[in-house]
Amino acid sequence: MNRNFRTFAIAGLIASVAVPALAADTITVASWGGTYQEAETKAFFKPTADALGITIKEDTTNGLDDVRLQVTGNAVKWDITELGADECARGSKEGLFEKLDYGIIDKSGINPKLVHDDWVGISYTSVVLIYRTDVFGDKGPKTWADFWNVEKFPGRRALSSSQATETLSVAALASGLPIDKVYPVDIDGALKSVDKIRGHVDAWWTSGAQAMQLVKDGEVDMASIWNGRAGTLKKAGAPVSFSFDQGVLTADCMVIPKGAKNKEAAMKALAMFVSPQLQANLPLYVDNGPVNEKAFETGKIPPERIKDINSAPENVKKQVLQDAEFWRDTLVEATEKFNNLIQQ
Amino acid sequence: MSAQSALLKEIAGPAGQDLNAQALRADARRESLRLLALLAPSLFLVCAIIIVPIGWLFWLSLFDETGAFSAANYARFFEQASYIGTFITTFKVAFIVTGACVLLGYPLAYMLSQLPRRAASICLIFVILPFWTSVLVRTYAWLVILQRKGLINSWLIDLGVISQPLSLANNFSGVVIGMTHILLPFLVLPLYASMKTIDTDCLRAGMNLGAGPAATFRQIFFPLSLPGLASGVVIVFVLCLGFFVTPALMGGGKVVMWAMRMEQTTSLYSNWGAGAALGVVLLVVTLALLGLFQWLLGARATGVWSSR
Repeated sequence: MNRNFRTFAIAGLIASVAVPALAADTITVASWGGTYQEAETKAFFKPTADALGITIKEDTTNGLDDVRLQVTGNAVKWDITELGADECARGSKEGLFEKLDYGIIDKSGINPKLVHDDWVGISYTSVVLIYRTDVFGDKGPKTWADFWNVEKFPGRRALSSSQATETLSVAALASGLPIDKVYPVDIDGALKSVDKIRGHVDAWWTSGAQAMQLVKDGEVDMASIWNGRAGTLKKAGAPVSFSFDQGVLTADCMVIPKGAKNKEAAMKALAMFVSPQLQANLPLYVDNGPVNEKAFETGKIPPERIKDINSAPENVKKQVLQDAEFWRDTLVEATEKFNNLIQQ
Repeated sequence: MSAQSALLKEIAGPAGQDLNAQALRADARRESLRLLALLAPSLFLVCAIIIVPIGWLFWLSLFDETGAFSAANYARFFEQASYIGTFITTFKVAFIVTGACVLLGYPLAYMLSQLPRRAASICLIFVILPFWTSVLVRTYAWLVILQRKGLINSWLIDLGVISQPLSLANNFSGVVIGMTHILLPFLVLPLYASMKTIDTDCLRAGMNLGAGPAATFRQIFFPLSLPGLASGVVIVFVLCLGFFVTPALMGGGKVVMWAMRMEQTTSLYSNWGAGAALGVVLLVVTLALLGLFQWLLGARATGVWSSR
């Protein structure tokens, strides 16, 4: 009788503990979808799930708006979500994220500009200048000043209208500023620079796929484009050339939305995502560079691959890092001015 | 109602005594109450999903980003040239696309209405078929056809018609071509339906009285097809004003329409008040234009009716 009761009690206890424990074993991570997220799955999510013995469910996000809706609507679905660094900075100002525990997350090797109370960098994309070699041979525009020089380099041009902050950084470079003098961006000066080129822009792109299509189909002869898209074009055999000179490095970041159901497991998973070992996996699948520079010391990345990675120390020197904190306070106004200018 | 009261009078008889008029009136009142009760759920639904959100939209547009009551969201339309530019572009696109749809759609609908039934239904399938394909797919298809190294340019160059490729995509013409193709069925279908209901006896009668084919068409068929044309035009025009996907993809970022501005304002600047103001302006202008349409075409239609 007594024994029976004890078994019963233990079974009940196990049941009551096991249910939440099971729930704690699943986290949901949202990213941008597509080939990039597939690469993240292989590089980060799968190894983390295996190492921690948890289940990582995936979802896709459209960015800060989604997080804002979930948090303000008290319906947080995600435990971790990826965002652009300027979105992280803005969301942080709005108090949308949980504080990160740097006792669990090792921040060494990550640029301090991308390590914050409630967000941390995860990978890099670069904006680069691409041109068609069937039009220019190897004498195409190499700098943004060349891109702006319509007499010396006649041809059709495309720039990004959706990524106003990136285009403004590019415009600042085009006006002749050296890469270490771009930030803080003189927005009015950059807008003046945009004003000079806007009449010669044949298409303003709003998505990476569109930029790629414009260049691939010869709709334009030169363009600003994300390095991942440029790399894909080159691998597919398109007659194009690009380099990291005067590239604009933009970081992506990850956050734990405020009110996430599974904060603790999320923190541990995030610590794994930014660790040098898993970061080193990323460039094996996509052209987005690891945010942790110690990844290059793991020996996982083949040396001949390193020179093509935008965040390799050699390449970082040639580029401007988008300052998320700067854009946090200026983005809305600058974007509106930029759109008003190009939509006139 | 007037027919009903006339009926009541008749029942009451020439002497004007209301025999059972009172009972009948009470009956009618009960009847309309019952009808109202039946309508109530759908009226409630319309209220809940249309009127309340539109009211809310209007309400939102009266507050600036800080939540203070202000007219800033409307003032910006006059302060910034780009808003007026977007507004003009939107209506320019809408007028041109509607015009193109009428020019292409009227002869098509006319031909369909004159074909034997079987041939007409086969042709109709070709009109409706694009309906089943997503707008996005059709827009991309046009991009492939119209771009500098696309089908049309390479044919024209191969044929020696042009030496330099024409700029057909990523500009205004691309938007107009893409939208015309997508919206054409919205004009053709109501127009075809109304043309089918035109009584062929009227046409025969006209012919009998000595009108030639051109005069018959001009004086009988065309006026009778006007109501169908009007509803097609209104549908196309209103859809144009809110179009997003095609101008966003075919305009190369250089043709910015009102809906694109709304998307920017809400998703990029997260400024719901300003986005709501854009919505209110579009709604008001659209309603005003529809009123104008109604008034013009209504006058026209009654004119036709009385001349018959």
